[in-house]
Amino acid sequence: MAVLAIDNVSVCYGKVEAVRNVSLAVEKGGIATVIGPNGAGKTSLLMTAIGLIPSTGRILYDGEDISRLDTEERVEMGFCLVPEKRELFAEMSVYDNLLLGAYSRRGQTAAIRRSIDEVFHRFPRLKERRAQNAGTLSGGERQMLALGRALMAKPRLLMLDEPSLGLAPLITRDIFHIIASLRELGVSILVVEQNARAALETADFGYVMETGEIVHSGPADALITDPRLITTYLGGNEAA
Amino acid sequence: MSTTQSRFAIAIAVLVVATLPYVLAPFSITLLNYIGVYSFVALGLVLLTGVGGMVSFGQASFMGIAAYATAWTSALMGYSPWLGLALALVVTAAVAVVVGAVTLRLHGHFLSLSTIAWGLALYYTFGNLQSLGQYNGIPSVPPISIGSLELIGSTKIYYLIWPLLLLAMLASHNLLRSRAGRAMRALRGGNVLVESLGVNAFWIRLVTFVIAAMLAAVSGWLYAHMSRFVSPTPFDVTMGIEFLMMAMVGGSGYLLGAVVGAALITLLKDGIQDYLPLIAPNAAGQLRIVVFSALFILFLQHARDGVVPFVAQWLPEPARKRPAPANPLPRRTQPVPGQTLMKVEGAQRRFGGLMAVNNVSFEVRSGEILGLIGPNGAGKSTMFNLITGALPVNGGRIIFAGNDLTNAPQRKIARAGIARTFQHVKLRPRMTVLDNVLLGTYARTSSGFLAGALRLDRGEEGCARYETMRQLDRVGLSERAFELAGNLPLGNQRVLEIARALAADPILLVLDEPAAGLRQQEKRALAELLRALRAEGLTILLVEHDMTFVMGLVDRIVVMEFGTKLCEGDPRAVRDNPRVQEAYLGGVA
Amino acid sequence: MDSEIAAILAMDGIATGAIYVLIALGFVLIFAVTRVIFVPFGDIAAFTALTLAALETKQLPGTVGLVAALAGLATLMELVSILRAGAFGSIPRAIFFYLLLPLIPAAVVWLTAGTLLPMPLRILLSIALILPIAPLLDRVVFRPIADASVLLLLTVAVALHFALVGLGLLFFGPEGVRTQSLTDYTLNIGDIPVSAQTLLIVAAAAVFSLLLYLFFGFTLSGKALHATALNRTGARLMGIRPNYAGTVAYLLGSVLAAVSGILIAPVNTIFYDSGFLIGLKAFVGAIIGGLVSFPVTAAGSLFVGILESFAAFQSSAFKEVIVFSVLIPVLLWRSYTFAYSEEHPDE
Repeated sequence: MAVLAIDNVSVCYGKVEAVRNVSLAVEKGGIATVIGPNGAGKTSLLMTAIGLIPSTGRILYDGEDISRLDTEERVEMGFCLVPEKRELFAEMSVYDNLLLGAYSRRGQTAAIRRSIDEVFHRFPRLKERRAQNAGTLSGGERQMLALGRALMAKPRLLMLDEPSLGLAPLITRDIFHIIASLRELGVSILVVEQNARAALETADFGYVMETGEIVHSGPADALITDPRLITTYLGGNEAA
Repeated sequence: MSTTQSRFAIAIAVLVVATLPYVLAPFSITLLNYIGVYSFVALGLVLLTGVGGMVSFGQASFMGIAAYATAWTSALMGYSPWLGLALALVVTAAVAVVVGAVTLRLHGHFLSLSTIAWGLALYYTFGNLQSLGQYNGIPSVPPISIGSLELIGSTKIYYLIWPLLLLAMLASHNLLRSRAGRAMRALRGGNVLVESLGVNAFWIRLVTFVIAAMLAAVSGWLYAHMSRFVSPTPFDVTMGIEFLMMAMVGGSGYLLGAVVGAALITLLKDGIQDYLPLIAPNAAGQLRIVVFSALFILFLQHARDGVVPFVAQWLPEPARKRPAPANPLPRRTQPVPGQTLMKVEGAQRRFGGLMAVNNVSFEVRSGEILGLIGPNGAGKSTMFNLITGALPVNGGRIIFAGNDLTNAPQRKIARAGIARTFQHVKLRPRMTVLDNVLLGTYARTSSGFLAGALRLDRGEEGCARYETMRQLDRVGLSERAFELAGNLPLGNQRVLEIARALAADPILLVLDEPAAGLRQQEKRALAELLRALRAEGLTILLVEHDMTFVMGLVDRIVVMEFGTKLCEGDPRAVRDNPRVQEAYLGGVA
Repeated sequence: MDSEIAAILAMDGIATGAIYVLIALGFVLIFAVTRVIFVPFGDIAAFTALTLAALETKQLPGTVGLVAALAGLATLMELVSILRAGAFGSIPRAIFFYLLLPLIPAAVVWLTAGTLLPMPLRILLSIALILPIAPLLDRVVFRPIADASVLLLLTVAVALHFALVGLGLLFFGPEGVRTQSLTDYTLNIGDIPVSAQTLLIVAAAAVFSLLLYLFFGFTLSGKALHATALNRTGARLMGIRPNYAGTVAYLLGSVLAAVSGILIAPVNTIFYDSGFLIGLKAFVGAIIGGLVSFPVTAAGSLFVGILESFAAFQSSAFKEVIVFSVLIPVLLWRSYTFAYSEEHPDE
């Protein structure tokens, strides 16, 4: 059963249709990816799934229609997003950013402290910089913090918008390893990416989105060998 | 709408303004006079706030200074009001320079708060100086005389106020389309971009501030001799906020918005005064300000951009012509290839306890493309900021073309011949592509505010525009020259930044992740462009993460890690270096 | 000036300064959570004083009318947005929070008008009556534009202040008031007489400073509230509700405003428009604290009080000029220490 089902969703900005009748699903415990070029509407899709922008159509979480719920309510149900712009609290320390990530679990002090230790274990760089303000981190370190912060909420369903943006090849590999390992914790994942190769190597199922529509979909290992995709998206992008 | 059409529209407007006094009753003409007088202040606010992004609550104080200056000169000292005008302009300008020099380094809401502070300080000064009559003010201010004609009565002074206003608007219009006006328009969004193009942001802000103050001064002079009485009340913070309302309601980004806003607010106040007693007879006095404020709040909630842009949506687009061919701007001679162009010696930069750049040395040779790569947090962007002057070094030296540019301000480095692009695209989304790239020519041109306002800069402007078009042709963006830069997709925006850098005629081009977010074909086109530029003798330094892009393009590579230089050499050698693979590439080529 | 006069001036300055501390803390609190520089804050303090005075003279305070009008308006707006979203289930909740709850203190006051209640009850009732005003203003005025720039919010706040002054004149009339002092006890520190009233004010300032500092610096709730101002979207993605945070901030801030109003009422004559000037001077203290640090705000506000006291001694006419001119170097100093991590986006 799909933990997330996006059913015939369209998003309009004034006269411009950024997302047009898109339907997709994320299986429970699975990793789905949406690949496509810059400007295809992938970010708008994620923003409406989490409730930050309005849309027509339905969003179903574990079969339940959550289209009318506020973002905050969806987050409390275990549905989290790491947005494209990261939206960190720049004037707060790395530690406080992580702490606030666990806001929906407030009260479980000991468990929260353990979660912070886990994040520091995964991202030793963040541990070094724990007292620094998030705004002083480098681009890649901010990505790590954004991901770490999302993990603090112990989400059931996690959406990631371009997790590899601005990251060096080595770190990109690490990030996708982490994404793959989340599966073991029972987290279902939806990754939107421009780095098609890394995304398809990690995911189970893939969707290709262009100018607001899903033009192609299928199991990830089928897509990665699809000749049409190889020329447009898989042109030997990264060294790793 | 072509130039002929707009000229026709202006002629009609002038005709209407000239003949209104013959059609309207004296009271309406008085109202129009007040609208005209207030429009000067609102016009200043359009330039200061709408264009320059500096919200000022204190413009009424400048009006007050001028009003008091001329009242003192003519009523208390007995001299001609024209001498009063001279004194008003001088005193207001002097105060504006002092206040501006002190406060304009502030940003955002701090700046606006400071305008409330000095606005209040000036108000209490007016009200407490014995020589200025304290809160009772100065009565019996004489009228303005032109020769033997005294401007008493609403119609006569109408013909002084409105022509002056039209002249001021014309000058402002010319100014905004000139080099200085472009710099003014580019101020909003932060200093880093404009300084990297050679613009002295503080100076532009200060001049804009003084211009707005002088416009308020003209307003104060006219006001004093029209109402024939000066007291502190019309110049307090309440009035200051009303002027801001006028600019905002009219449309603070539009010159016409000043007049429209002044008219709307004045008529609204008048209307409220007339009709409120009919609705709420007992509470009319107290409710006036409540209704007025409530309406303003509603306006800010629902229509913050103002009336003029709302109406402008339905007007036809002005015709845009491709700039005509003109003489080229003088160009630098590129250095002979193969020599040391820039030398970084032991550069250091600290953030708190962290050494972001730790004793890094390398050189850039003329005519080469040098790649700077490394993991995130290695210090690459910091290094770029040190080289371009966006950040000061804590140690070491940077020598460019034989000149020591260590810790030089961005402006000086830009003028020395280094042009850059940014990791996160920096441009002005509400300016056209052409205007954004034109900013690149700022350091190569020199017309100032006065030349711009009086349109004495046509020659230089023509050259600059043509040069800009050449660069746009070269990068393939000339079809979109008149679109708003913010509407372009990311790939085109990155190319726009490069066109802008090229318009500065640099010797060294510094590119921060130029290929990030581009599609495959766009990356190929970019690589082509960079190779072509190298063939013309340009030197390029770039940071990138896309290894395929880098390997096929650069002549040499410098690798950074944890703030230090890990190694340098030709692409193949670097790629095969095991330490580089371990730190950055991930072990598999 | 000899040391005795200086000491008296200093004591006087500290007493006024302590009031400024309470108001400045309120400014910082509200800004730290909502990014609104809540200019009408001083007016709320003045209204509390006027309310207390009315209760003292057994009259119906004008506040009742003001609260009723605001509650009605806020409820209307909330109902409209509920109907538009089709979330009919939230209607009872909206009516409870926006209409019934604010009107309870008003109802109590209305029912007991004409009888003289004991002083502690009068004080409590004044505070309870004033409390809903700021959150209701937030709903009506600021929430529709919550993501606007700080400048736009500031402009709206200034306009709101003028509206409140007009409403103040309408509901309270033009007369000034002075309430009974809370206590007449005086003691001597050295040779200087210090009233217990002053000590009370200073103690209140100290306690609130400490509490706010601890709350925002060390508790999860405090950090969550502050986060909504730093990044509204980011906060929502953590499950933190910015609207709720705003309401809490305005309520807490109102407590501060109300307490300062109660404490200043016996000491100065308060008019319907006294709030602005008091608020503005307190604001200088808030700026010294950079609109972010509670301890520095407290110190800065005390400084403003002392400065005003000495300036008034030198030249009472120009004391305002001196105090407001001080704001400029303070702003300059603050802008250097203010961390602008990212350039502000094009507005």
